[in-house]
Formats: sequence, structure tokens, C-alpha cells
Amino acid sequence: MSDSSTDPTPPLEPAEAAETARVEKEAEKATEQTTRGWAAVGAGLGHNLGLVVALALLAVVGLITAGDRFASVDNVMTILRLAAVIGVVSIGMTFVITGGGIDLSVGAIVALSSVWATTLATQQMANDVHWLLMVTTALVVGGACGLVNGLLISYGGIVPFIATLAMLASARGLAEILSDRKTQIVSVPGFTDALAGDFLGVPRLVWIFAVVAVIGWIVLNRTTFGRRTLAVGGNPEAARLAGIDVRRHTVLLYVVVGVCCGIAAIMLVSRTTTGSATHGMLYELDAIAAVVIGGTLLSGGRGTIVGTVFGVLIFTTLSNVFTLNNLSISAQSVVKGLIIVVAVLLQTRLARRPSS
Amino acid sequence: MTDPSPEQETPAAGQSALLQMRGIVKRFPGVLALGGVDLDVRAGEVHCLLGQNGAGKSTLIKVLSASYQPDEGEIVWQGSATKLSTPDAAMGLGISTIYQELDLVDGLTVTENIFLGHEISSGGFSRRHEATARARALLARLGHSEITPHRLVGDLSPAAQQIVSMARALSHDTKLLILDEPSAVLDQEEVRNLFRVVRDLTEQGVAVVYISHRLEEIRQIGDRITVLKDGRTVATGLAVADTPTAELIRLMTGRDIEYAFPPRPAHSHDTEVVLEVRGLSGERFRDVDLTVHAGEIVGLAGLVGAGRSEILETVYGARRSTQGTVGVGGRKLRRGSVRSAVAAGVGLCPEERKSQGLLLDQAVYRNVTISSLRRFAKSGFLDFSEERRAAEELSRSLDVRPPGVDRPVRNLSGGNQQKVVLARWLLRECKVLLLDEPTRGVDVGARTEIYNLIRRLADEGVAVVVVSSEVEEVLGLADRVLVVREGSVVHEGPATEIDESRVLDLVMEGDVA
Ligand SMILES: Nc1ncnc2c1ncn2[C@@H]1O[C@H](COP(=O)(O)OP(=O)(O)OP(=O)(O)O)[C@@H](O)[C@H]1O
Ligand SMILES: [Mg+2]
Repeated sequence: MSDSSTDPTPPLEPAEAAETARVEKEAEKATEQTTRGWAAVGAGLGHNLGLVVALALLAVVGLITAGDRFASVDNVMTILRLAAVIGVVSIGMTFVITGGGIDLSVGAIVALSSVWATTLATQQMANDVHWLLMVTTALVVGGACGLVNGLLISYGGIVPFIATLAMLASARGLAEILSDRKTQIVSVPGFTDALAGDFLGVPRLVWIFAVVAVIGWIVLNRTTFGRRTLAVGGNPEAARLAGIDVRRHTVLLYVVVGVCCGIAAIMLVSRTTTGSATHGMLYELDAIAAVVIGGTLLSGGRGTIVGTVFGVLIFTTLSNVFTLNNLSISAQSVVKGLIIVVAVLLQTRLARRPSS
Repeated sequence: MTDPSPEQETPAAGQSALLQMRGIVKRFPGVLALGGVDLDVRAGEVHCLLGQNGAGKSTLIKVLSASYQPDEGEIVWQGSATKLSTPDAAMGLGISTIYQELDLVDGLTVTENIFLGHEISSGGFSRRHEATARARALLARLGHSEITPHRLVGDLSPAAQQIVSMARALSHDTKLLILDEPSAVLDQEEVRNLFRVVRDLTEQGVAVVYISHRLEEIRQIGDRITVLKDGRTVATGLAVADTPTAELIRLMTGRDIEYAFPPRPAHSHDTEVVLEVRGLSGERFRDVDLTVHAGEIVGLAGLVGAGRSEILETVYGARRSTQGTVGVGGRKLRRGSVRSAVAAGVGLCPEERKSQGLLLDQAVYRNVTISSLRRFAKSGFLDFSEERRAAEELSRSLDVRPPGVDRPVRNLSGGNQQKVVLARWLLRECKVLLLDEPTRGVDVGARTEIYNLIRRLADEGVAVVVVSSEVEEVLGLADRVLVVREGSVVHEGPATEIDESRVLDLVMEGDVA
């Protein structure tokens, strides 16, 4: 930003100097406006320094152990494509956790949405109408599941852990019933064409993730909805007395994560060209882990979308490095567990400030 | 400015110094909370610590109780230099502290709280009978036998919780008792009771460090005074008897402040009725009628626990009424619905700033604007600079220190946190403003400013209801006063036609004259 002021500038002709001064003044004005923006970016990077370092370390390990197989464009795209689906779920999860809740049912909702969007009936109708009908189905199913979760928690007074645990069981069960435990192959041609493949050299799925993340960031950091989410998660009683409809807001948060699951289901269906009741297994754990190592407070009141994106990338890159080195899934799980512990320890260190 | 010659005529004269603190420095990131503070306390005296909000009083006593480690400075305890490494060590020496924000565990019983951390046990089993007996004895010593040891602390009133903290402090062998604004949650009667306990203790040779923003209390209970300003000692060892109040205020604030209430407007209140409460009954009160006109300030006086906060919270819809109606501007509010109250333009500044008011980890400006977000949003997107500007303006006029609206509220001193909660409701343009203990823990200078702001809002047509445990405040600020006793209104009339002693009589006896 301030290159011109730090560089030793050669002496100037008077007119030229005046012109430069004017330009500089304008630039200064502009700088002033952007300073805050840059400060925010800087602070963001500062907060996420640990995550950046962790990701860089992983990349180095990948480079050393797998060399070109790791560093190839193809492999990077593979990592991103894998990260995209769980990433979208994690963005939704960030909202719920920031708002003081938790959602254990995300994987099951992904499965149910994927199945419902690919039943023969849905596909036939989509053939007649438009492939977007499948997309809509998944989003509505996801959103509806979230709505049920939210209503049970807000108005039924069931704690989030239990309510979403119940949803986990029943949504997956319903998915099995609907699909008769069979894998449903997508036959609508427009659907796969629309979502598979690349756009500007980057897989469309990754674009979807990017768009969801950016929208998530804007909503959390720049809108009243985001501000209220922080308040509801930080001190629900204070939020209520401040005039926020805490119960309605909580319902909305679960709808948000539900819709995210619907989006993730569509992405998964397009990547695998199938809908299945076994989709999204253990997504809840991966998503919660990514959110927490990203720096969102599990007790609510503080949340970071950027952190979550890093969290997702770290876990996906880790899997990739392990796979490239032919290491077992079990070893991978152990390392994942270690990462979670270290990250949370660091986080509590930071959070444990003396109170006045 | 430091007074070099300690006083000779105090009751504690002749006693050696129990505690000396020399040049204590404590830094927080970006803030010098203590910049070289001296304090010496003698056995058997009540030593008052005065200073504006954010002067460093709480920080100093946290250093003394070893919950903070000082960056520099020396602590001499009974003549020998000491390093207080842990709170446990400080307690072991006989230093007991009651913090500004009570630190009891709601889910435990009175007994369990009193002996928390030093349970009475043998071989790992707690000796419950002995503990209960000792708890009962401690409570009796404090004159509060009515608090039963088996009750859950969360079910007690703030005043009773304060007593439990005292009992906890006294359950150790205490030589120095530190009270950080103990009277903020107490009403006059409770304060009198507290003073009786304090006098008992000093007679037994216990030294007391007493922090309060109520200067008249210092007159009643204090022996000597140390004044802090911006983290430095500006006067130490002043004898209470020889120091006029005006001098104390000048030392604290560095200027002369007239401690006065804003004048009431001359016109009578034949304006429209804004708030109309009819026959409202609820958890701890019954059959309350309350009418507030536009531009009027109505004060609710009464003891802590008389049901005043419950009345406000019920009007606001935060509690469900069992009977009666609340109307704003002629429209009835839905029962038990905060949303309906807020939509009608009602605001409540709650009593408990920590649990009911603040978002501790959020920046000051976010705490101020949270109830008025819509005003700063265009189709859901917030205008941060506008938010900051509005919050800055208000916090400047309330003198929130240190200035700057970007720091988390957690790092502010107690009184400044209170100002932030209040600012939230002053910012929201309400038709009816319900203020529950709006000046709790706020220093003299800022208090006057708060009174002026409240009066200005009323002059703009807001209907204001103020609850305060300080009778003087209710009488000075309000146009009309309601006295509440055990959940019923026992008196209603213009504030100018009743005096403090009459209110106290009513509060105690409740006879309707
Ligand atoms: N944990 C902390 N981190 C950063 N700054 C702090 C912290 N605790 C206190 N401060 C700052 O130190 C200063 C002194 O605060 P302190 O709580 O001691 O004031 P006080 O005299 O007790 O005020 P009050 O009368 O309002 O209780 C204030 O400026 C406050 O903002
Ligand atoms: Mg304090």
C-alpha cells in the first residue's frame, strides 16, 4: 500500500512534484479507505497464521514424500474437489456452532437429500421439467430436515445434541427405506453435464464451494443475521433481552446448515453420479473437526469462515498425502485426532483470558 | 500530591502496617492498568479505595489476591516482603477477597459454596454435618440465619449471594478482607447490616479494604482513604473525617463536579399516556398498576427482592404475567413476548449486566448497537463505520474509558461495562425505556452525565421507568415515585412530596397512609 513512501524517490521537477503530491494525496485518501479493509485482511491472516503454517507444513511433507505426484495440477484439483463437498457442509456447520448449537445429522441429511433427488420418480419428473428439479428437491429436503431440527431445539426445548442425534438416525433410516438400500444411478443427462467438468480450468464443484464460502463470509461478518448469530451464541439471555428473537434465529441457523447439506448432496451426486443412503458417512465428525480447528468456538459466540476453509483444506490435504503414500486410513485417523487435540489446546490457551 | 505524613488520629493509630504495597505496576496489552500504586493498610481499620471507573481499583485488589501477578512493585505483609504467587497462597496468609462480580457456583448449595476449595473432609469423604453446622454459624455471625445452608445459590437473591460470599471469605482465618463494591447490589438496610458486620470484624483486628462509588458510605464506615486516578495513587492515607467530599471528587476526577440531579421540567404531565399497566400480577408481585406519560420519569423504590425487577421484566415480556395487561400507546402487548414489546418500542436495560446484558467477547460498539441493528443496515448489510460512529458518540458522552469502541467489553472495568449496556438502550429510540439499576457501579462524574441523558430522553417524549436501590437517586431523578414492598405498590405520588425517611418507612413497614 505504501510502496511510494518507503522507496527513496529521486528529486522531481516542481510541476511534476505538485502533480505527484496531488496523486499521492488522492492515493492516501484511497489508502485510508482501504486501510481498514487491509487491516481486516491482515488480522484475518494473523488469526489464521497457525492454520497457514500447518497447511504449508503438510504441503512440504507431501512434496518430500510424493514429489510430483503431489504437486501436479491434477492432484491439487483432486484435493479441492474432495474438499468442496465437506467444505460446503462445514460452512453451514460454522453458523450453527457460532450460534451456540451443534448438528450431528449433517451426514444423514446429505444421504437423504441425495437419495430423494435421485429416486426414479424425481428423475423422471426432472426429465420432463428440468434437471434443476433434482437440485431443488435436494435443497428442499435438506432445508426441511434443518427446519425440523431447529423447531425441535427452539420450540421443543430438546438440546441440540439429542435432537440432531435423533435426526441422524431417522434421516439415514428414511434414506435407506426410500432407496431400498440400493445405489441409485443418475440418468438425467442434463444434470451431470451441468455440474461435472471444469469452468475456467477449475472443477465446477470447487466453484460452488467458493461461492458458498464467500456468501457465508459475507453473511457472518457483514450482515445483521451474522451479528445476531454471534450474539445468540455468545450470550443467549442477553440477546433475548436485547430484543432478538433467539428462538426464530436458532431455527434459521439449522435451516441454513440443512440447505448447505442439500447443496453438498447435489455436489456428491454429480461427483459419483449416484444417490445412496451411504453417502455422507461421518460427515458430522469431519465438519465439526474442520470448524473447530479453524478457530470457531465450540461454545458459540465466535466464528470464522476463513478458518473453517483452512480446516477443511488441512484435513483433505492430509488424507491426500496419506493416500499418495499408501498409508492406511487408520493411521490417517490417528493423525487427524492428534491435530484436533493440538488445535483445541491452542484455542483454549488463547481463549483463557483473565476476566474482570 | 501524595500525602507524606500518615494521619495520627485514626482509630487504627498506633497499629503497625499490616500490608504495604509499593510501586505496583500492571500492564495489559495496550493498557497500563496500574502505573505505580502505593497502598498501606493497618490492622483493624477500614481503608477505602476510591477512583473513577477504570482507575485500577479492581486490578489492584486482584494483584493483592494474587489473581494477577504485578509486573513491578513490592508487597510487604506484616513487615516482610512477600511474593503472592497463587490465590491459594494469598488466602493462606489471611487475605480474603469478595470480587466485584460475584463468583459463586449457582448449581451448588450455600454450604458447598462457602467451603469450595477447602472442603471439610476426612479421608476424602466430606463431613457434611460439620460443614452445614459451620456454615450456619457463619451465616448467623453475619446476621442472616434465614439463609438455609441447603439452598442452591442460584435460587438466592443477589443480596443473599453477597452474604454467602462474605461467609466464604470469613470461613478462612482472615486478617485482611477486601470488598470490591459490595454495596452495589444491596439496598440501604442490607448496607447497614453489612456495616455492622464490618465493624465487628475491625474490632477483632481484621483490616478491611473497601471499594465503593457511594461517597456517603465512605463517610459512615471508612477510616482512611487512598485515591487512585488513571492507575496512579494521587493521595494516600487521608483521614475520612478531615477530607471533605468535594475534595475527594476533585482528587478522583481532577475537576470539580457538581453532584446534582437535572432540574425537572416545569410543566405538569398532562401529556398522552404511553405505558399503561393494569392489574399486572406475576411470579413475585401482584396487582400492579402503572401509568407513565410521555416525557415522564417514574421511579420504583423498594428493597432488593421486593419484585421491582420482576415487574420491569414482565412488562418487557421477558417473564410471563399471570394476570393483567400491558399497553403501549393504546395497544395491548402480547403476554410473555419480548418481540411484541420491542416492536411497540419498549426497551429494558437489565439488572445483571454480565448474564443479561453483555456480549463479553464482542467489541464495545457491537454491544452498543445490537438492539438497533436495523438502523445500521441496508437490506441486511451492516454499515460498520456508521455503527462505530454512533457508538463512539454515545460512549464519549458517557465517558467510557479507555476510549475506543473496538476493544472487547471483557477488558473494561465494571463501571464502564455498565455504561456500555446503558448506551445500548440510549441508542435505541424507544418510546418506553425501562432502566433497572442504571448506575450500578458507575462513578460520580459519569452518574451525573447519565442522569442528564435520561432527563434529556424524557424531554424528547420518552416514558422512562427507573428502578434503583438508592432512594436518593429515585427521588432526585424521578417525577413520580412508586414504593414497592413485597410485590405490591404501597405508595404512589410525586417525587417532590415525599422524602427519604418516609420512603424508608414505607419500604420497611409498608403501611399505606
Ligand atoms: N483483562 C484486562 N485486559 C485488558 N485491560 C484490562 C483488563 N482488566 C482491566 N483492564 C483495564 O485496566 C483498567 C483498570 O481497570 P479496573 O477494573 O481495575 O478499574 P476499576 O477501578 O475497578 O473500575 P470500576 O470502578 O469501573 O470497577 C481499565 O482501563 C480496564 O479497561
Ligand atoms: Mg472495579
